[in-house]
Amino acid sequence: MKLNEMTITGLRNLLDKKEIRPSEILDDVYARIEEVEDKIHAYLITTKEQAYKTAAEAEKTIIENKTALLTGIPIAVKDNMCTEGILTTCGSKILYNFIPPYESTVTARMKAQHYLLTGKTNMDEFAMGSSTENSAYYPSKNPWDTGCVPGGSSGGSAAAVAADECIAAIGSDTGGSIRQPASLCGVVGLKPTYGAVSRYGLVAFASSLDQIGPLTKTVADSALLLNVIGGHDPKDSTSAPGEIKDFTKVIGQDIKGMRIGIPEEYFIKGLDSDVEASVKDALKKLEALGAVPVEISLPHTEYAVATYYVIATSEASSNLARYDGVKYGFRRDGKDLLDMYMKTRAEGFGPEVKRRIMLGTFALSSGYYDAYYRKAQQVRTLLKTDFEKAFEKVDIIATPTAPTTAFRFGEKTTDPLQMYLSDIFTISVNLAGVPAISVPCGFSAKRMPIGLQLIGKHFDEASILKAAYAFEQSTEWHLRKPTL
Amino acid sequence: MALKETNPMKYEAVIGLEVHAQMATDTKIFCGCSTKFGSEPNSQTCPVCIGMPGVLPVLNKKAVECAIKTGLAVQSKISAYSRFARKNYFYPDLPKGYQVSQYELPICEGGHIEIVIDGEVKRIGLTRIHMEEDAGKNIHEGGGPYSFVDLNRTGVPLMEIVSEPDIRTPAEAAAYMKKLRAILRYLEVCDGNMEQGSLRCDANVSVRPIGQKELGVKVELKNINSFRYVEKALEYEIKRQINVIESGGKIVQETRLFDSSTGVTQSMRSKEEAHDYRYFPEPDLVPIVPSEAWIEKIRQALTELPDAKRERFVTKYSLPEYDAELLTTDKTVADWYETAVLAGGQPKAVSNWMMGELTKMLNDENKSIENCPIKPEHLAGMLKLIDNGTISGKIAKTVFEEMYKTGKNADAVVKEKGLVQISDEGAIEKAVDEVLSKSAQEIERFKAGDEKLMGFFVGQVMKATKGKANPQMLNELLRKKLS
Repeated sequence: MKLNEMTITGLRNLLDKKEIRPSEILDDVYARIEEVEDKIHAYLITTKEQAYKTAAEAEKTIIENKTALLTGIPIAVKDNMCTEGILTTCGSKILYNFIPPYESTVTARMKAQHYLLTGKTNMDEFAMGSSTENSAYYPSKNPWDTGCVPGGSSGGSAAAVAADECIAAIGSDTGGSIRQPASLCGVVGLKPTYGAVSRYGLVAFASSLDQIGPLTKTVADSALLLNVIGGHDPKDSTSAPGEIKDFTKVIGQDIKGMRIGIPEEYFIKGLDSDVEASVKDALKKLEALGAVPVEISLPHTEYAVATYYVIATSEASSNLARYDGVKYGFRRDGKDLLDMYMKTRAEGFGPEVKRRIMLGTFALSSGYYDAYYRKAQQVRTLLKTDFEKAFEKVDIIATPTAPTTAFRFGEKTTDPLQMYLSDIFTISVNLAGVPAISVPCGFSAKRMPIGLQLIGKHFDEASILKAAYAFEQSTEWHLRKPTL
Repeated sequence: MALKETNPMKYEAVIGLEVHAQMATDTKIFCGCSTKFGSEPNSQTCPVCIGMPGVLPVLNKKAVECAIKTGLAVQSKISAYSRFARKNYFYPDLPKGYQVSQYELPICEGGHIEIVIDGEVKRIGLTRIHMEEDAGKNIHEGGGPYSFVDLNRTGVPLMEIVSEPDIRTPAEAAAYMKKLRAILRYLEVCDGNMEQGSLRCDANVSVRPIGQKELGVKVELKNINSFRYVEKALEYEIKRQINVIESGGKIVQETRLFDSSTGVTQSMRSKEEAHDYRYFPEPDLVPIVPSEAWIEKIRQALTELPDAKRERFVTKYSLPEYDAELLTTDKTVADWYETAVLAGGQPKAVSNWMMGELTKMLNDENKSIENCPIKPEHLAGMLKLIDNGTISGKIAKTVFEEMYKTGKNADAVVKEKGLVQISDEGAIEKAVDEVLSKSAQEIERFKAGDEKLMGFFVGQVMKATKGKANPQMLNELLRKKLS
């Protein structure tokens, strides 16, 4: 097995025993990138030179037996996280030349654990999309079938992990942007509780929904990365106070008696039959492992997508106002200030971003605010209550991550609503702020990966990690590799 | 443009003021940058206040404390739950494309400020006090086809203090502003410096015929930056509105800008052109839920406010209302006064010297009491010298001037300049005799009944003694010799 195909846990073991060196892992990772990146386009930029420099330092610390959690581990980072001195475009033309003078908290924490940054991964522009087709640069391809999308918006991160172009990756999830691509690419993707991971340095899409999380080859690696990136950050007022738990400790605990809620609203018309079959098999598997299935209802689920597209676009319309050509990034000069603003934003933003800015601007407008934004906030409260009530009866909730397997390029680009519906099972989780993980649970007849979503209570990542790990260890889906 | 005189007696104005006060914090409201005034452009900025991608605000607790302190001082209700909102608009001096302010749930609601108009106390209600960040500054110079932006001021914490439409005249508006400024300075929550923009004011004003209940159409006046301009701008605007109505026109709801150089208000934008700010709750900040204990701690630490101090000065120091009012408008002045009194100065005498000579000298040099070269203890010392007869009240003026010039105490000045009063009866008598021996004519006229000539004799002796003769002894001697 090549080193780039391994997991963080596996490499940690070899590194600490000094059987391999960090630079050797990089050799395999960059050889793989060289080999397949032309087909996958997972990255927007790679940072090979810097990675080797850091690897040399890592090697010293290993020799001195001063290793940290991520010493020598090559990890890819979604391009919406600010990396000091390294281009951060957010998949947009408007930030085509933006080099942040500061580091996001998440990458700073990984740096403190000596990670090796392999590069910045492709994404839908400003994380708005479910396929990476909205990237201002190029779409990424699904390693299982390059004619299919990898999902989005963290499609580059998911594809990089699935294609072994890195050991693990970091993504962000506003309405499913970690879990949906993880599902479509056959990897593990975790969206932590809102507030569990600092958003400082994450280019904002929708501030009340955005959350950073890992995309990994195994559940154990996700638990490890959450340990590194999670916890209170004084720079983010919305980050939860208090110490973070050690999530790797729950790995391996059995799930006997764990009550798993199965919401009727998630097994509906439009759910692909292969997906349904795999998820139902997965539920049987969990039952066999000792979990107790409980039928539940999340009655306001049908309003989630509409609610999401009001709140997320409203926040985005304000968050993206700063890209005005005045201070940094792309600028198209005009005959006066207004003309400059309009030309800059007309040329700098892609069509989906503009669509959402317009939607959000409308929803917040005087006279419409009550009918849209305020109403959406009220429905959001109802959705939260749905989960609270459900969690009185169950410990975790299991659903499909996405209604279908990866779709083909162009299949949904002409119909934004169809594209929005690919997040139908992931969106409620962001609105409620609860954590959820997607774990590989099968393949379709066309040999495309399928993901199982496990949803937990607020700050109870432990339960979903425990269940996901138990499931993963009793199946072999996560061991399959795409042939490229 | 001069406005024709109309009959203002038929109308009354309804005025509400929105005062922006810069809170006296060392750092900005959402980042650690300095709030110092007058630094090199853009030298006090960071990724947060420049609005770079992905950065987040962290609320300055000191700013919240300033707002709560102010609210407590003006009897506002401190909200148990308040939050920030985004006010969205595009402008180069607003790097995020939105201003973080408070909208639906401000930190303080209600309250009032009392002003004195023609000897009557009038209570002006407050609607709310909310916190917000300041914007930067666009600079249009150099003549090129571009402007400069200075973001040093971006993120400086402001309080917006909104009054009820309880104000009826420009004079009341000015009194309100002065009182508010005094309170803010007492609380040390704002330095009140209008030249540096620490205190700015917008006014909402409408007029209606006296007796009419419904309000007239209101106009918002922006950019009023001094007490003087508050009155001038309102006077002009009220006259303008009355003129429009009298000539059969209608007031248009609009925003007008006051030009201090011409004293005129000019239309800036109409209601139709008004911005839709698309306010919504700021998702990057958590709600502000101040604990009861914290509010109580702030309440306990509140300083004595101008009204209370004025009353205390009246009762404790037996000062006339007028003196007490003048001395307590500014806390530094009041503190200066009390220090002088505590150092032994007779309360009314200290007040007289402060309101008279000292104010005149400071005004001549455009100095404030903070930079006064005379220490309050020195004034008390000088008053002691008058009391014990070392110097005369007349000489004291010379001593005081010298103290102001040199910063020395009264004893030193009197010694150096040889200004000790002559209380030696023999020496005064000698001087009196000399004067009388040269004034035969005047003596005759005095004896014939021209009592006014007493002043002439006193003046002549004072001249001869360089003003040092003990006036009481001099008077007695003269009377004795002339009778």
